Amino acid sequence: MLGVYISDDELELLITDLHDIYGYDFSDYSRASLRRRFERLYSIDKYLSVAELRYRIRTDADYLKRVIEEITVNVTEMFRDPTFYKTLREEVLPLLATHHFIRIWHAGASTGEEVYSMAIMLHEANLLNKSLIYATDINPSVLETARKGIFPLTKMKQYTENYIASGVQRDFSNYYAAKYGHAKFNEEFGKRVIFSTHNLVSDQTFNEFQLIVCRNVLIYFDKVLQDRVFQLFNDSLDTFGFLALGTKETLKFSKVVKEFKLLKPGEKIWRKTI
Amino acid sequence: MAQDNLEKKIKLLVIGGSAGSLRVIVGVLPHLLSPLHVAIIIVLHRKNTHEDLLTEVLAPKTILQLKEAEEKEAILPGVIYLAPADYHLLIENDHTFSLDASEKINFSRPSIDTTIESAAYAYGDGLACLLLSGANTDGVAGMKIAKSQNAVIAIQAPQSAEMPTMPYGASISMAIDHVLFPNEIAEFINNLS
Ligand SMILES: C[S@@+](CC[C@H](N)C(=O)[O-])C[C@H]1O[C@@H](n2cnc3c(N)ncnc32)[C@H](O)[C@@H]1O
Repeated sequence: MLGVYISDDELELLITDLHDIYGYDFSDYSRASLRRRFERLYSIDKYLSVAELRYRIRTDADYLKRVIEEITVNVTEMFRDPTFYKTLREEVLPLLATHHFIRIWHAGASTGEEVYSMAIMLHEANLLNKSLIYATDINPSVLETARKGIFPLTKMKQYTENYIASGVQRDFSNYYAAKYGHAKFNEEFGKRVIFSTHNLVSDQTFNEFQLIVCRNVLIYFDKVLQDRVFQLFNDSLDTFGFLALGTKETLKFSKVVKEFKLLKPGEKIWRKTI
Repeated sequence: MAQDNLEKKIKLLVIGGSAGSLRVIVGVLPHLLSPLHVAIIIVLHRKNTHEDLLTEVLAPKTILQLKEAEEKEAILPGVIYLAPADYHLLIENDHTFSLDASEKINFSRPSIDTTIESAAYAYGDGLACLLLSGANTDGVAGMKIAKSQNAVIAIQAPQSAEMPTMPYGASISMAIDHVLFPNEIAEFINNLS
C-alpha cells in the first residue's frame, strides 16, 4: 500500500510474535497476502512505524482479536459461483439424501453467507431437519456475525441473482425479513448450524462428515500446509464423502488425491473413494 | 524508440487495462515473437465474471503460451498469464502466483494496483509495467510503487486510448519511461529481455 512498506524481515518478525506470544501460526501462509493485510492494518490504525505495531501486538493481548480479524481475508458471498451450487443441488444432495443423518463441515466459513446458502438448499431438498452443519473459522468475530444470520440488505440483489443463476425458481426474499437495512435470515436455517472456532493449522479432526466445504481458504496457505489440511479433511470424511474447494483451488497436486475422484470436470468437488 | 540498457534485465512485464484495452491487446498479441525472454501478466477488468471466456478469446491470437495464472504456479519466461476473474493476483518473492479473494480495490477484482504492487516488491528493477486504456485510475498507485523500486514504466499514449483516464492518470503522477501507440507496443515487448 502506498506510503507503507513492511519489509520481508519485519513481516517475519510479526509472524514470529503472533506465534511465540499467542500460539497463532501463520508461518505457512502466503507472504504476499499477509504483507498486504499487515500494511492495511498499519494504515487503518495509523501506526508510525512497524516497531510501534509490533510493540502493540506484543504487549496488548486485547488487540490480538483485531489483528486476527484484519490479517485474515473474510470476504464472502451467498451462492458465490452459482454453477457450484447447481452441481451441489443436483448431484451431491441427492446422494447425501440416502443417509439417515447428514453432517456437513464448512471450514473457513467466515461470516456465514456460504453456510446459509447451504442451509437454504438443504431446506429446499427437505433435508435440513436431518442435517447438522458445522461452521468453523479461525476468526471468532466473523462467527459472531454468522451466528446472527443478519446481512446487509444492499447485498440481497446480487445474492438473489446468484441464487437464481444456480438454477432455482423460488422467491429468495421468502427466506429473510428485511428490516432497517438488514436482511435477517429465518431462524430455522441457523438452528441446524453449530458455529465454532477451529484453526486448520493447529486443530485436529473433530467428527466424520459426508461433505466438507472449504472454499477460498487454501489459496492463502503454502503447499506444505495445504497438504496437511487435505490430510485433515481426508481423516474427517466418511468413505464416499465429498470435498468441495474454491473455483481456483485443486486437490490435483496433493498427496491424498489418489483416494479421491473428481465428481465432474470443471467443478472443484471430489468424492472419497476409500 | 530508444531501447537502452535499462530494459536488458527485465524479467516480467505486467500489462493492466480496463475499458478500451481489450482491443489493444488483441491487436498486439499476434505480433509477439517467440522466444520471448520475459514473462507477461495481463490484468484486465471485466464485467461478467460468471462466464469468463477471456483465455479462450486471447489464446488463439498468439503463438506464445497464454493461460490463466494458477495459484502457486511458477512464473516462467515466454508465457503470457491472465489474471483470473474475481480474484486478485499476487506475486510472491519466489516468483510464484498467489490468489486472493479480498475486497475489491477501485471497484475491481482483479485490481491492477494489487498485482503491480506485489510484482514491484518481488521483481524490483526486473519489472516493467504497461498501463493501457481505462476509465478509472486502477494501476496508477501500483505503478508509483513500481517506480520507487526502479521498474520500467510504460503507458499507452493517452490520445490513442479509447478511455484515456488510466494512462493519463499515470502520466501526471510520475515520470514515464515509454509512451507507446498501439502499433508500437509489440516491438516494445519483443525487445524486452
Ligand atoms: C476468503 S474467506 C472464504 C469464505 C467462504 N468460504 C467463501 O469462499 O466465500 C477465508 C476464510 O478463511 C478463514 N481462515 C483463514 N485461516 C484459517 C485457518 N487457519 N483456520 C480456519 N479458518 C481460516 C478466514 O478467517 C476467512 O474467514
